[in-house]
Amino acid sequence: MIPTQLRQELEERVAQAITPREAAVDVMKGLQGHYGWLTDEAVAEAALILGLSTLQVEELATFYEMIYRRPVGRVVVHVCDSISCWAMGSETLLHHLEQHLGIAAGATTADNAVTLLPCCCLGNCGNGPALMIGDRLFGPVSPEQAAAIIAGHREDQ
Amino acid sequence: MNTSDLLIARFHGAATMDSTILFKHNRPGRAVTFDEYLANGGFKALRKALAGMSPNDVQQAVIDSGLRGRGGAGFPTGRKWSFVPRNLPGPRYLICNSDEMEPGTYKDRVLLEHNPHLLVEGMALTSFALGVERAFIFIRRGYEQAALNLRNAIAEAHKAGFLGNAICGSGFCLELDVHLSAGRYICGEETALMNALEGIRANPRAKPPFPAVKGLWGQPTVVNNVETLANIPAIIANGPTWFKALAATPEGSGTKLFCVSGHVRDPICLELPIGTPLGEIIDTHCGGMRPGSSFKACIPGGASTPYFTKEHWAVAMDFDPVAKAGSRLGTGGVVVFDQTTCMVAATLNLVRFFARESCGWCTPCREGLPFVRHTLERIEAGRGEASDIDILKEHVHKLNYAFCALAPGAMGPVEGLLRLFEDEVREHITGGKCPLGKH
Repeated sequence: MIPTQLRQELEERVAQAITPREAAVDVMKGLQGHYGWLTDEAVAEAALILGLSTLQVEELATFYEMIYRRPVGRVVVHVCDSISCWAMGSETLLHHLEQHLGIAAGATTADNAVTLLPCCCLGNCGNGPALMIGDRLFGPVSPEQAAAIIAGHREDQ
Repeated sequence: MNTSDLLIARFHGAATMDSTILFKHNRPGRAVTFDEYLANGGFKALRKALAGMSPNDVQQAVIDSGLRGRGGAGFPTGRKWSFVPRNLPGPRYLICNSDEMEPGTYKDRVLLEHNPHLLVEGMALTSFALGVERAFIFIRRGYEQAALNLRNAIAEAHKAGFLGNAICGSGFCLELDVHLSAGRYICGEETALMNALEGIRANPRAKPPFPAVKGLWGQPTVVNNVETLANIPAIIANGPTWFKALAATPEGSGTKLFCVSGHVRDPICLELPIGTPLGEIIDTHCGGMRPGSSFKACIPGGASTPYFTKEHWAVAMDFDPVAKAGSRLGTGGVVVFDQTTCMVAATLNLVRFFARESCGWCTPCREGLPFVRHTLERIEAGRGEASDIDILKEHVHKLNYAFCALAPGAMGPVEGLLRLFEDEVREHITGGKCPLGKH
């Protein structure tokens, strides 16, 4: 079950839309914010709120890079692997973070704190190599700076 | 370490003497306020249009200005508007495409982080010209600051009577919605974008019917890029002749945002006369190459555009001259590579991106791009064969038959690689390893 306030917020968003499913991404993001990732329960909730089948929600959920259909850690670190950041050393950055966190890209640390995900261009190309945590963009970051930023977010959790 | 220092480590979007339109109002490190924008002539163009111009006058001014779409394709904006039938009943829509996900491109983010009001005014003028009463801004994941700026700007424009009902005392009404996306490159393709906005899986739609006739929810729809729409107020305020004269060449029109990244000393985003030579952008405005680097090649207009080399140093960065030189101006996202860069590895990075972002709708793209990626991986690893070059050339040709522009775009850098760096590719194959020692 989701909190009544969240349900109301999402239902209000749907009510403002021209058709309910126009609000699908906002609803999935709202539920992901609550659960941490889009759980099976969240898919069922989204379907109910949007008036869609769970399959129709699944079709959308699996399409977007930033909708997590599998469990993630409390901090999700997106490391840009596109061309500008690549030119500025994103491969070195990612390898360093893999070693630092003791996980492969795509995985989550054993304490469930950090998930490391390579991602598409973040639009921070002049500041490569770049990464994103939550809604915040960082860059240019050295491997050491990136590790320090992640440590800071880890403590905040 | 203070992470906020990182965010402002490099200041993008500085107003310079060339910032005549898009960065004219910019303030260091923050967005220009509504009051500052208003005090500097903001919403003057909207007032002017609503007081004394017809929708057709506005459209004609944009046609006369020669403005071409800044999202990548460079289609003449006024002509695009003119395809919307005037006599169809029911609503029509305007969508601002802020799904800026072409690698190497960050101009729209810089623009919106500094001046969201310019887009609001541009969209109001465009909506007036098209008879639109509800318009959408489709904005990518990762641009939350830009989205927040826009929401605030929309609220302030509402309060001041530039949005909502009876705008500036006229009969014109408009509501602007900000629609957030969740990260997928294909959403920038205009028909896929409309599906995404409707909450449908964002595969592209077949054309015809074209969006201007049958678009969002089946209604006439125009999709324009952020930078395109942000140019409209200046065209209306100052006239098409003034706008045309801003270009660096007599054939060009207006200014262009160039967002530079890679191995230059100062990788920044700046507004320059369209048609400024490539070499001038790099040497004069970006401080040349970073210390110890020499120029080898660049992508002139975002990830889907074929490379330029030193022989293209003097090319005027405008749509036609760049096309004549074998590439595309695209988004104006210039990614610069120095002598240490392996062009096979760079192309592999680009093709990996496109293969991953293929929506899977059509076979040539879904199957062809991973095949090209695999071929490049083998060449880069020193396991390529002489016949691979012909196989790649064949794919450059055949992926033109894909359903939308993603796969042909993906093959842009591959085509450039084979045309400009065939020797480097062959060295990988004959030497059995990357000659630059990258892998």
